[in-house]
Amino acid sequence: MTGIALVPVQSALHSAGPQAASIEHLWWVFFWICVAVYIITIAFFFIAAVRGRRRAEAVDDPAHDRRLGIFVSTCAAVTIATLFGLLFSSVATGNAIGTFGKNDPRQLEIEVTGHQWWWEVKYPDALAPANQINDANEIHIPIHTPVLLRLDTRDVIHSLWIPNLHGKRDLIPGRVNKFWIQADTPGVYRGQCAEFCGYQHAHMALTVVAEAPEEFARWKSHMGEGAPTPMTPAQLRGQQVFLNAPCAKCHNILGLDAYGTLGPDLTHFRSRPTLAAGQLLNTRGNLAGWIANAPAIKPGTLMPPNQLSGSEMNDLLAYLETLK
Amino acid sequence: MTELAVAPPDFAKERAIMEKTWASWPGVTGWLSETGHKQIGVRYIVTAFLFFLAGGVEAALMRIQLLRPENHFLGPDAYNQIFTMHGSTMMFLFAVPIMEGFGIYLVPLMVGTHNVAFPKLNAFGYYIYLFGGLFLYTMFFLHAAPQDGWFSYVPLAGPQYSPGKGVDTWAQMITFTEISGLVVAVELVVTTFKQRCPGMSLNRIPLFVWSMIVVSFMILFAMPAVMIASGYLSLDRLVGTHFYNRSEGGDPLFYQHMFWFFGHPEVYIIFIPGLGFVSSILTAFTGRKIFGYTVMVSTLVITAFLGFSVWVHHMFATGLPQLGESFFTAASLMIVIPTGVQIFCWISTIWSGRFRIATPVMYVIGFFLVFIVGGLTGVMLASIPINWQVHDTYFVVAHFHYVLIGGALFPLFGAFHFWFPKWTGRMYNEVMGQISFWLLLIGFNVTFFPMHILGLYGMPRRVYTYQPGMRWGNLNVLASAGAVFMALSVLTMIINFLISRGSGREAGSNPWNADTLEWSLSSPPPVYNYLHVPTVSGLNAVWDAARDQPYVAGMRFDRREILITHVLDAEPDHTEQLPAHSLWPFLLASTMCIGLWGAIFFAWWFTIGAVLSGIALIGWFWPSGEELHDHILRERGELGGLDLGMPEPAREEMR
Repeated sequence: MTGIALVPVQSALHSAGPQAASIEHLWWVFFWICVAVYIITIAFFFIAAVRGRRRAEAVDDPAHDRRLGIFVSTCAAVTIATLFGLLFSSVATGNAIGTFGKNDPRQLEIEVTGHQWWWEVKYPDALAPANQINDANEIHIPIHTPVLLRLDTRDVIHSLWIPNLHGKRDLIPGRVNKFWIQADTPGVYRGQCAEFCGYQHAHMALTVVAEAPEEFARWKSHMGEGAPTPMTPAQLRGQQVFLNAPCAKCHNILGLDAYGTLGPDLTHFRSRPTLAAGQLLNTRGNLAGWIANAPAIKPGTLMPPNQLSGSEMNDLLAYLETLK
Repeated sequence: MTELAVAPPDFAKERAIMEKTWASWPGVTGWLSETGHKQIGVRYIVTAFLFFLAGGVEAALMRIQLLRPENHFLGPDAYNQIFTMHGSTMMFLFAVPIMEGFGIYLVPLMVGTHNVAFPKLNAFGYYIYLFGGLFLYTMFFLHAAPQDGWFSYVPLAGPQYSPGKGVDTWAQMITFTEISGLVVAVELVVTTFKQRCPGMSLNRIPLFVWSMIVVSFMILFAMPAVMIASGYLSLDRLVGTHFYNRSEGGDPLFYQHMFWFFGHPEVYIIFIPGLGFVSSILTAFTGRKIFGYTVMVSTLVITAFLGFSVWVHHMFATGLPQLGESFFTAASLMIVIPTGVQIFCWISTIWSGRFRIATPVMYVIGFFLVFIVGGLTGVMLASIPINWQVHDTYFVVAHFHYVLIGGALFPLFGAFHFWFPKWTGRMYNEVMGQISFWLLLIGFNVTFFPMHILGLYGMPRRVYTYQPGMRWGNLNVLASAGAVFMALSVLTMIINFLISRGSGREAGSNPWNADTLEWSLSSPPPVYNYLHVPTVSGLNAVWDAARDQPYVAGMRFDRREILITHVLDAEPDHTEQLPAHSLWPFLLASTMCIGLWGAIFFAWWFTIGAVLSGIALIGWFWPSGEELHDHILRERGELGGLDLGMPEPAREEMR
């Protein structure tokens, strides 16, 4: 099984958007203050140890204890002052992130729904609900635009985490969590589920593609189109395989008589970089293996193994490869 | 009647009577009917240590699995079971019970009494704990272990997404350890409040005993919360209630609130005894009383209170309102203040004491080096924005291992070495002790420090594998390598203890020149602890004792009689007779087992267990012939009666 050969850095310390950047900044403030506190405290400890080693007799002197009392109180006062500083910087950052993007007119709304173990991504269209775009395991966003993610789950609790853009937000049954992200640097950012969600919690990743607004618009209009019509006989036969095999029960392909909602929408799935929520590169070989026996690759997945003859498989692949 | 006397050199005859009074029955029944606090305490410690080894093996398996990306050593099924077992074992079957075991063993010795307040209940608590642990492991070996983590979040752990008996087993194991935890808490609170020897007023209670009192109260308040959480979970699963089912008006977040209302104090329940060990060890090894005793006690109490107001920082990512969350940031940061003050008090103690070095102190040094890192990463986690990033990542794994291993395991290993001479009468091997310390310190840091970086570089917790190219491979190899050193450290310590137990140097009664009362006894202590209830005239009982320190005379040697004193100043009030050995605690624990184990398979077993337990309780409370006899004598006024009354001058002298 081939994994992802080149994945983008998934790191909280390589921020690509304003939320992650302010958290990263706050992190370094906390980090350096904590390093200083550690060094000072441990230095006190070892100075005391050396001092104590040299004594032949424990000190029994109230005046000495009073001086120690001043030492402890001073340390406590400094601790409290430091904590207040940290509290204010933390709350300030939290407020800045909390109010970010809320009144920006350019905002974009995306619905992200967690499933065991993949991400359903929808771009609703308030004016024309039929124009909603369905995608899975990738989120395209235009840069410099605040994006409101509405987070929901179909089954258990998941948590969306794209560290280069923001921290985590849980997807909890029965409540829609609103979560703002924004990317300022174009690029592909990897994220993954951060709340233990069962068997394949480890294989529940997604990518965020942050691109220039024009490219995003182009992508979006392409996604709005139905699947291309099959051209070759093999592709036509493959389409029939798709409709007759169990595939269509769970998967949706726009423009085809397939309305399944249990699995990811496949209308343009060949344009996605990965299969199985980031587990496999989206290659023909991986796709064939996945269709034939998904549970062998991802134990616990709801996708059943499919017994297809060699020619059926070839036809199906030929068809699926047109879904760009 | 009771009076004060100067201790004559020998009490051979009385000692012989006491030996007989407090002796256990011979054979297997003797083992099962044992109610002595030292034996029960040692059983807790040994059992918990065995569970610790099991948890360690589970950790090692996880470290092997994570050595390489997409490793096939363990599948998701096995890995999820094993990390669940690791967490549940370490929290519920190791960390809390071993601290309770130390409390059960040491507290009666430190406060100068013969046994804990309710010896039969104490034995019952141990069996319940043992059976709960065995139950979990039986199901594990039957491939029916829980696999939803030590926290079993719903709805993942609910009936729909976790069929099978795994989560039921987990929830029932919680019930067992809860009962046992509550039993120990009650024992320790009553023992320290009502059985302290004369002279040990509240401001003379050793800091370790204080830490156990604080922990006991925390247990009393925290455990009911998790009992509700896991009880409702069981009901949702077994009888179809909908406490956590959103579509039927339940709420999965309610579970998280209840769980963490217990879960956070649980961490403090684990490391506050560790703070007690540090105080005990530092007192002995600096030769002075801990600087700022009153401050130390009050900071323990403050920590306990604050511990109950920070649970939401485990839930910052759930999307609660910002203002409310900020309150929990402030509360979480405040924890630093009492803990920091304690650390500075210890530093002051070392500064002004005659600081000696031996293995127990090395472990205390390890405590400082490691625990403070955990505290500081805790400060980072208290910040909501930073928490959003590092929550549920390896950063958190690193953080709480620094807190728990630093705050509890290092002091615990120090305590093993510190009290080993008292338990066995022999000294451990100092060289091996030091080797085990360095192995642990190095191994621990090599294992867990890289995890901070892994978390920041995006590695979530509880993943059974990760993908090539995530750049996590090398750090994971490093972490696994460190685990080898940790294993070697534990192995060295075990070998050291096994060898030294038989052939170590004779320890004598007080090899460290330590200050608490147990060091005035022979090593190992006699079965009855103190022939006469001692008195103390200062915080450091042994150091402050006069050459002719009075003791309480006039108590019966042929009965298991203890002295009950007042809560505040420990003035003698009356004597009370403790029950002797009894099989009923074991039988009651067994019948409860039938009910609780059976209930997860078939609800009627619960009823059967309840009926059997009722019978066992009748047996438990059935008065013995001796008790009836004493009762009749007391009614006739022929037995001294319970109110002994001390001669007035004696009372005065004892204050």
